[in-house]
Amino acid sequence: MSDLNKLMLAGARDALRKGDVTSVELTEACLAQIEAADELNAFVHKTPEIALEQAKAADVRIKAGDAPKMCGLPIGIKDLFCTRGVASQAASRILEGFKPEYESTVSGKLLDAGAVMLGKLNMDEFAMGSSNETSVYGNAVNPWKVDDRQLTPGGSSGGSASAVAADLCLAATGTDTGGSIRQPAAFTGITGIKPTYGRCSRWGIVAFASSLDQAGPMTKDVRDAAIMLEAMCGHDPKDSTSADLAVPDFEAMLTGDIKGKTIGIPREYRMDGMPEEIERLWQKGADMLRDAGARIVDISLPHTKYALPAYYVIAPAEASSNLARYDGVRYGRRAKLAQGDGITEMYEKTRAEGFGHEVQRRVMVGTYVLSAGFYDAYYNRARKVRTLIKRDFEEAFAAGVDAILTPATPSAAFGLGEMVDADPVQMYLNDVFTVTVNLAGLPGVAVPAGLDSKGLPLGLQLIGRPWEEGDLLNTAYAIEQAAGFVAKPSKWW
Amino acid sequence: MSIDIETAARVAKLARIKVEDDALPALAQEFSRILDFIEELNEVDVEGVEPMVSVEPMRLKRRVDGVTDGGMQDKILSNAPDAREGFFAVPKVVE
Repeated sequence: MSDLNKLMLAGARDALRKGDVTSVELTEACLAQIEAADELNAFVHKTPEIALEQAKAADVRIKAGDAPKMCGLPIGIKDLFCTRGVASQAASRILEGFKPEYESTVSGKLLDAGAVMLGKLNMDEFAMGSSNETSVYGNAVNPWKVDDRQLTPGGSSGGSASAVAADLCLAATGTDTGGSIRQPAAFTGITGIKPTYGRCSRWGIVAFASSLDQAGPMTKDVRDAAIMLEAMCGHDPKDSTSADLAVPDFEAMLTGDIKGKTIGIPREYRMDGMPEEIERLWQKGADMLRDAGARIVDISLPHTKYALPAYYVIAPAEASSNLARYDGVRYGRRAKLAQGDGITEMYEKTRAEGFGHEVQRRVMVGTYVLSAGFYDAYYNRARKVRTLIKRDFEEAFAAGVDAILTPATPSAAFGLGEMVDADPVQMYLNDVFTVTVNLAGLPGVAVPAGLDSKGLPLGLQLIGRPWEEGDLLNTAYAIEQAAGFVAKPSKWW
Repeated sequence: MSIDIETAARVAKLARIKVEDDALPALAQEFSRILDFIEELNEVDVEGVEPMVSVEPMRLKRRVDGVTDGGMQDKILSNAPDAREGFFAVPKVVE
């Protein structure tokens, strides 16, 4: 077989089981592609020795007929996941040199399911960004290219998106706090799902905003998302917010039959100045679902407009608390101190040189909104607005809506560096369609649905009821089948 | 809302991030812009609304308050920038 790196999880799994290919062959094919793709800057810590060792072990298990669901499948892991003995830096200078003594629950589950780890993937620093431009490793680059500009793969899971879209790995992990799986998936023409809050354990994933963070898979199609999500989910006593619920066989739920389902189209997502192409894609998505037998209804989510400002109170507030642990004492980098510097200077200098600009800004905004005298005016108000945002969704679901269709992003991928001079709020607008889902704790999936006039991928987002990822993926599967999106970036790297 | 330079300096101090004096005006301006954006929340009627604590109304799991792990001093200190004699080492804290 040739081009093994281009296989999907399902196809590779079946080929491994039939004995048409070995995990070592698959892994070597991916490693060769990774070596030749440094221009994409997607893999930032390569682990070929570990990968080949795991691949050999997987081949033994497959031969013995003892192969778990992901056995022998080579994947990439976002740098936000702690991986035992392998650099885990959250793309930050402050975690330079950090090699965890433990494995995050989600990456551990994937390894237990037989997956092969090819290396760690680029991202925005501490997952704070929408373009992968805040990374200490430098920008990850989108494999899609239509002119002489280099485009962002989106963020924060930019390296994951770039690697999967460029076929450097079969799939990758991502995390999503405000859209960090779905926006990069849409920018690179791949599928990404953020499950219901509590589906995946957060233990061992570097924390950004704990009430919003969720891990999820980034894959080449919906079936692969179902396969990989199942391997990542499940109750973990080490994360008190992880749900003690049975994990269904998501792949078995992909029938493509959505007859009689009700799909809501929220009118508040029709923004002023929304590009016509996005509007058209959204309409096309609704038509595809209608043609597949779903009922399309207009719905209202009246507090949508306040989701971004609420998010930019809650996420920085939680970040300022979570990132207080980076003090230059227990792990990572400590600044060089001058004669006579005490412990306060150590903290201040370490955090000033260890955190990048965007992270510093968010930590300080979070500190401000939590400070005495402002806590009620900002933080408590934002948490009340969050209650209202969640209520909007609950009312839509109570009225019989099964899933909600929206665009995934307000535009196609933009050029790296194009937003450098924009004010931070402009960059935050990238998350306008995705952030509501995190605030309400719901599952959301981005699925590629077409190309814009320049030839760049555009994605649609489906939002589901809590814990119904299976049903949500099935609706995404219906879109995937109707859209027939098969375009790939042409190789320039 | 406009954030003045003193407030920006105070926030930086609270966050334990060293910001040089000449960087404070730009920082104050950025904060002001972000806070203007956040102040849209004042338009919302939140009378009688409970602030959200958790997205899922699930009772957090409880466990026995017992020691389940330990005896791994080396592992815990292995990533420390400075460790001596089995302890994390820091600059002098008390005079």
